[in-house]
Amino acid sequence: MLPLIIYLILFIGFFSHSEKLSTHPGVLLWLEFSGPVLFVMSFLLPMLIVFIGYSVNSVEHKADTWKSLFSLPIPKWSVYSAKYVYALFLVFLCLALFVLFILGFGNLLSVLKPSFKFNQYHMESTLAKVYLKLFLSSLGILSIQFLLSLLFRDFLKPMGIGFVATIAGVILANINWDYAYLFPYSHPILTVKNVLPRNMGDGGGMPQITVDLFTKDIFVSLSVAITVFILGYFIVLKKSVK
Amino acid sequence: MVISTEGLSFNFGNQQVVKSLSLQVPEGSIYGFLGPNGAGKTTTIKLLLNLLKTDSGSIHIFDKELQSNRIEILSQIGSLIEQPAIYLHLSGKENLMNRALLLEVSEQRVDEMLKLVHLTDAANKKAGKYSLGMKQRLGIALALLPDPKLLILDEPTNGLDPNGIIEIRELLIKLVTKHQKTVFISSHLLAEVERMATHVGIIDKGELLFQGSIKDLEGISQPQVQVEVADTVDAGNFLKKQGFTVTDISEFHLCIPFNSKEQIGEINTLLNKNGYVVYSIHKIHKDLEKLFLDITQKA
Repeated sequence: MLPLIIYLILFIGFFSHSEKLSTHPGVLLWLEFSGPVLFVMSFLLPMLIVFIGYSVNSVEHKADTWKSLFSLPIPKWSVYSAKYVYALFLVFLCLALFVLFILGFGNLLSVLKPSFKFNQYHMESTLAKVYLKLFLSSLGILSIQFLLSLLFRDFLKPMGIGFVATIAGVILANINWDYAYLFPYSHPILTVKNVLPRNMGDGGGMPQITVDLFTKDIFVSLSVAITVFILGYFIVLKKSVK
Repeated sequence: MVISTEGLSFNFGNQQVVKSLSLQVPEGSIYGFLGPNGAGKTTTIKLLLNLLKTDSGSIHIFDKELQSNRIEILSQIGSLIEQPAIYLHLSGKENLMNRALLLEVSEQRVDEMLKLVHLTDAANKKAGKYSLGMKQRLGIALALLPDPKLLILDEPTNGLDPNGIIEIRELLIKLVTKHQKTVFISSHLLAEVERMATHVGIIDKGELLFQGSIKDLEGISQPQVQVEVADTVDAGNFLKKQGFTVTDISEFHLCIPFNSKEQIGEINTLLNKNGYVVYSIHKIHKDLEKLFLDITQKA
């Protein structure tokens, strides 16, 4: 499926990219290795979710199977939540694979090129935490995009709305607007921003990486996710299947 | 009654698509739901499957209210709506297996269904590469998969060749006579429905114009005999004098309504004996459009 291609491209990208990495000490090396990806992820993640939300629903739109799904003796709730959980799973899988690949390739590189000092520092748990936070921060967007894709048959509407909202989110987060944490599409970038600068800005010393998992933007993200999810169910319940 | 609706209405925006429909579908019947395109057939079927919300009126299926017993009722219905809903990226068998998984039906049943609709050979072919008729048959297999008591089929013979149509017809008749199923089938072809239906409902512009057994319908659409004779005008006048009503006289043939086979023989004998050469003689049924006109004018 779609995510697989992204990983493959990243695979290759990582490999050639990491060749250029100098002989930094372990911590910085890991940061340089995962940092750019993390940075890109903050923009990419909302778009990835747009795609996932779309692909989960478009299967039914394309095959025109909503009508047959909803005329089966299965509660509408099950159909709706199963779809959602699957989308959730895809996002989680995607992020989990990112963690695995970063770690795997980091270690592979240190084996292939002993000059890299990847093995001097271990950031497995930190990385997992960052990505877990990214996952949580993306849930608000997922709920919104999932519902949009469910309601609109075409790709352009959810895609367009998602795209505009993502750009707005990036801008809001970057101008450090005080209320950016209220806007779901800002959450991934806020997450990354909160992790990275603190570490990089520490100067020459060994950066301390702390991940505060439950910040207020995460709470907003979770509550948006739950609200939209429940709201979506009632929309599906009322909606006529054409 | 397997299906009974009362005052069923539905609007798309300002347009009323279904007007106060009262359907009565008895158990063990093949109910032909007839109407021209855009008459509200598919909308009605979607209402019956709870895919659309009724604006007013009630639907009872198996004597139970649809809204509050949705799952229970749907578990006994197999349906095919418009073009069959098939995942084109999966093979025919995968489509059925997917549904079987959702409905907790065995793989054996899937194979049986494939055999029933003659898709065993194409079971592992992508459904996207199926012909229209094959897709339609796969759709019917999907509808039959859970072995439902009530089958709701929306134009199931659309896109099938004559052989396919006959097969489906025979299958449906078998299901009803041997397995005590009830079939609700929509169509815009009177001839098709006439050949298998036991009951008929006719809908036009959202209104139910006629409902009853196929015999009742035959009463309305009185069959006629079309006679090809040499001199149609003279022959027509002659028959009128003999007490027959002649409904249509054209350059080549006459149309005379009849009540029994004997009457046709009588017409033939009369014409021949009196020197009118009969080239051909055959029964015709009024087509659906004329029937609609008849029914609407009577109402």
